[in-house]
Amino acid sequence: MRFVDEYRDADKARALSARIASLCEPGRSYKFMEVCGGHTHTIYKHGLEDYLPETITLVHGPGCPVCVIPMGRVDDAVHIAEQPDVIMTSFGDMMRVPGGRGSFFDSTAQGADIRMVYSPLDALKIARRNPERRVVFMAIGFETTAPSTAMTVLRAAAEGVRNFSVFCNHVTIIPAIKAILDSPDLRLDGFIGPGHVSTIIGCRPYEFIARGYGKPLVVAGFEPLDILQSVYMLLLQLAEGRSEVENQYARVVPWAGNVKALRAINEVMELRPYFEWRGLGFISHSALRMREKYAAYDAERLFAIPGGRVADPKACQCGEVLKGVLKPWECKVFGTACTPETPIGTCMVSSEGACAAYYNFGRFSRQRVREATR
Amino acid sequence: MCLGIPGEIVEIPPDQTDLAKVDVSGVRRAVNIGLLDGQPLGPGDWVLIHVGFALSKIDEAEARAALEFLEGIGQAYEDELAALRDSSIGDSSTGDSSTER
Repeated sequence: MRFVDEYRDADKARALSARIASLCEPGRSYKFMEVCGGHTHTIYKHGLEDYLPETITLVHGPGCPVCVIPMGRVDDAVHIAEQPDVIMTSFGDMMRVPGGRGSFFDSTAQGADIRMVYSPLDALKIARRNPERRVVFMAIGFETTAPSTAMTVLRAAAEGVRNFSVFCNHVTIIPAIKAILDSPDLRLDGFIGPGHVSTIIGCRPYEFIARGYGKPLVVAGFEPLDILQSVYMLLLQLAEGRSEVENQYARVVPWAGNVKALRAINEVMELRPYFEWRGLGFISHSALRMREKYAAYDAERLFAIPGGRVADPKACQCGEVLKGVLKPWECKVFGTACTPETPIGTCMVSSEGACAAYYNFGRFSRQRVREATR
Repeated sequence: MCLGIPGEIVEIPPDQTDLAKVDVSGVRRAVNIGLLDGQPLGPGDWVLIHVGFALSKIDEAEARAALEFLEGIGQAYEDELAALRDSSIGDSSTGDSSTER
């Protein structure tokens, strides 16, 4: 456990903190976006902002898969779940996500058969066991979960399971980062790159950020010290006038990613021309759908879905939170009308959502709140 | 869902090339190792598991650090472990699927 102790070492954190402070140019402020919801979770849980100079702001990005599902897609999924003979399956995170007509939980109360699964393979198993029912897997997530969905479809095809299909809502991280870079709302100095997504896509896809936009990106692990070290690496790049993609998490993330996983995704899925993201709106080539070849496993083709667009509740500011324009506590309904028990917006639903992380750990310092609301 | 959970491989059944029995914080489950093709894997090796699939091979030190971290985050990890415990991937061997088909 020596390694763990090393990671936990508060002295190391303080030493890094001092080195970070020494790299900050006087009078300059820095904004770094952590793209991944897992990083947001670590930052709040460990109060990492307290280790950073006040001139550094960590901005929370769109990397929470549940948070970015638009209400219209939830309604489409509820519609499928209500069809006769259907068993809808989904990750537990999805159950409380509100759509325009309510959540999966609300639907189960009205008699729909919606089951939580740990893995798409569990959904396939439910299909095998219930040949007289149509079993649909509500697939969500970035490149971290897309290969699992693809592998499950390949397996269903190989075994000839005909009553299994996927309602595909997989999204891709790169176009979302690009949308944020192109948005006039926010000036960022660099990115803390997602760890687990990068185990699949590798580091190369981020190079346009460093080259085209001149912003450094450091792929980071999930330990508190990983994140502090990544902030240090970003500052060092800025101090030396570099903008590169660096891999702080090389002990897990290979530079080239997981080729087998990418092949599986590419075999089963293709890019959609566009897809709606909650809060970010329509983004070109930002999501995956099932290829024609696997039409028999595509719930979108098998069921006539309404496909409507549903506007977010007026009070909800998840969009601004997902783009990093607002801190969770700056949202008007944060912690009052919107709580993890009765979420209005998706950011309060998932444990990876910025609002839920904030709410659960309450790490924000009063001073920062005062500054923000001044 | 996005949490990567480290698991230690305890057995790779010889008749199922894409499944391995792993131990995750005391929970024993089968996971799919089909995405790690070409990497030598055996009992004692650690893998990072997402929604029932091993996505990368990691070393023991990384695994222990990650576990310690996960145990520290509380409810989200508890939920993930509970879901893993209820998961039945392990029963879905190609053998039984052919009879269920």
